[in-house]
Amino acid sequence: MENGFSSPRSDAFPIGLRVLVVDDDPTWLKILEKMLKKCSYEVTTCCLAREALSLLRERKDGYDIVISDVNMPDMDGFKLLEHVGLEMDLPVIMMSVDGETSRVMKGVQHGACDYLLKPIRMKELRNIWQHVLRKKIQEGRDIEGHDVIEGIHILRNVADRYDDSQFLRGEELFSVRKRKDIDKHEDKDFCDTSSAKKARVVWSVDLHQKFVKAVNQIGFDKVGPKKILDLMNVPWLTRENVASHLQKYRLYLSRLQKENDPKACFVVGMKHKDPCSKDGDGNFGLHSSLAVPQNDVTNSSFSFSGDNFLLQNVDSIGCEVDRKRVVQEHTSEPKRAAGRSVPEPIKARCTQMKFNNTIHPVEPEGKFPAFDPSNRSCYPWVEAPEIKFKQESKPIVHLEGDFNQFPPTVPPHQVQMDQLQSISSISSGRSATEKDIASSIESKPPYSENCSQQRVHLNLPKTPTDSFAGKAKSFNEMNDHFDPNSTTTTPLGKNQNFNPSCISTDLGSGLPFATIDEDLQGFLLQDCCYPKNLEHQIIEFPDYGDPGIFTEVPTHLHDAMRFGYDYSYDPTEYPVIDEGLFIA
Amino acid sequence: MEKTQLRRQLANIRQSLFDQGFLDEQFVQLEELQDDANPNFVEEIVTLYYRDSSRLILSIEQALQKSPLDFNKLDALMHQFKGSSSSIGAKKVKAECTQLREYCKAGSGEGCMRTFQQLKKEYTTLRKKLEAYFQLARQAGPIESACRPK
Repeated sequence: MENGFSSPRSDAFPIGLRVLVVDDDPTWLKILEKMLKKCSYEVTTCCLAREALSLLRERKDGYDIVISDVNMPDMDGFKLLEHVGLEMDLPVIMMSVDGETSRVMKGVQHGACDYLLKPIRMKELRNIWQHVLRKKIQEGRDIEGHDVIEGIHILRNVADRYDDSQFLRGEELFSVRKRKDIDKHEDKDFCDTSSAKKARVVWSVDLHQKFVKAVNQIGFDKVGPKKILDLMNVPWLTRENVASHLQKYRLYLSRLQKENDPKACFVVGMKHKDPCSKDGDGNFGLHSSLAVPQNDVTNSSFSFSGDNFLLQNVDSIGCEVDRKRVVQEHTSEPKRAAGRSVPEPIKARCTQMKFNNTIHPVEPEGKFPAFDPSNRSCYPWVEAPEIKFKQESKPIVHLEGDFNQFPPTVPPHQVQMDQLQSISSISSGRSATEKDIASSIESKPPYSENCSQQRVHLNLPKTPTDSFAGKAKSFNEMNDHFDPNSTTTTPLGKNQNFNPSCISTDLGSGLPFATIDEDLQGFLLQDCCYPKNLEHQIIEFPDYGDPGIFTEVPTHLHDAMRFGYDYSYDPTEYPVIDEGLFIA
Repeated sequence: MEKTQLRRQLANIRQSLFDQGFLDEQFVQLEELQDDANPNFVEEIVTLYYRDSSRLILSIEQALQKSPLDFNKLDALMHQFKGSSSSIGAKKVKAECTQLREYCKAGSGEGCMRTFQQLKKEYTTLRKKLEAYFQLARQAGPIESACRPK
């Protein structure tokens, strides 16, 4: 038996934790001692319960935790447990080779912090410090009556204290507790403020429109948050809100301009692979969801859908998304379903963008013509939303079918397909709104011609896994690269070329869609105005097929305009959807 | 090199102890605990085990000779023995302990006796094997015991 009274701990917790091990088995005693020493704990061993008690009484603050075997010759382990708990109030861990539930229960009932089964592993011993910490917190809580939250703060504080080489012993515990009082308040404040800070501004379509209007009025070069804020005349909006939004907007615009790589544009992300298979009818999934939009080809309806998409918050988009979801379901694979929720918002966006148009390009067989300028009417931004869903649905159908043919490079972008479709339908609705936006947007000439072509490129769904950022870029690039002359005959082929960089990257990020809804709504609209953008956007949209990503969308949705601006988003984080929405 | 050969031999013996179910994971844990501070930790532990458990064996034998058999006492002793055997990972010995406890619970003196004989056999077999193992380890060089495929 060793009676080393530990000296104050000088290292960071839990190093130097003072452990008292009680076990009548000398072999185990030696093993445990070695194990605990390896954990950098200070170990004292004894093989008799009585001796352990005397050790503990001798120096009340000499130990942090007691580990005892249940079966002891001189005293029942549970009794020792009781004594220690009553007299010293130290955490006690029981050990035994017997793991019978009744025994374990007895241990817990007697106040054991833990019940370890022999043979004991090192890793189990490494974690025993948690019991010490927990006990301290509980003590603090009891004494001061803190609530759970405070307890957490305490825990934090205590942990910090340990890091600061503070010893968590009796007297120190008091100091810790005292500090808790102070910290408690601080922490509370912290919580409050932090929560307050987290309130985000949802940049609704309207709001964004106002913003853009203001920017245009002032002149993009001379623009400044204060000026914009004044012009916007939105009482609850702060200068900071505008500033951050402006920043995003600037990034967004610069991205649009930078996008010159046509290939990149095609992110389409249509999940050609599955959509076709799934969607039996020509409507390609959209029907169910899009069916509505389809019927609403009229401007009014579109605008409605457009509005939906413009939803400023995720929720509204979600509605749209539902529609899209349906589409997705048709086309996408089951796993996409998971991501449905997310994609929807994105879809909404996409559709607004110009989803209709995108559908065309989807057709792998050079059915682009559907998108050709003659279909301009479909382009919301070009004309009143006369989007003919039917037309669009057709392409979609093709798309699906064609997608199957798509090379493996296009990962299951089924969602994309769906998205595209939904997007298209949605876009038609949005055309009305888009138009408005278009007007507000200075740049982006109607790209009807380009649209069709561009769409083609979109066909190639990029693997959603690609970073969104990349995709977003591609959209922009695509816009720029869309060469009206691009042949639609080999859309697929072209798309394939395009996709890799553009689409996939954008779509991959998926996530942004959700956010886009909020932030980009305004932007989306803008994008819509850009023929190119729409196409791209739509295309990319489908990419958000990754279910996992979708779940993240909601949070992203709240990110102001992240989508558009932050291409650098980690694709894995954000659903692919963003790509489509991101109206480059 | 002779040492190399010895080491290889040692490794084979060690592996066979695991393969044949004489030792379990706990033995590996002990090997992991061995370090420069305790270069012969495993051997020390095993030695300690056999020293301590031999006393236990005697107690059990005495208890088994009593009649009528005190199953509670026997069970308690077996519990202790089992715990001890688990410390070095004596798998087969542990299994026999469990079996004996079952017979104690069932109140079968016959079963207890039989199982105890079996237990002693396993206990002795393992002891011999481990003794040979550590002897070879000493010959092969200090590194050996610490060498684990893990």
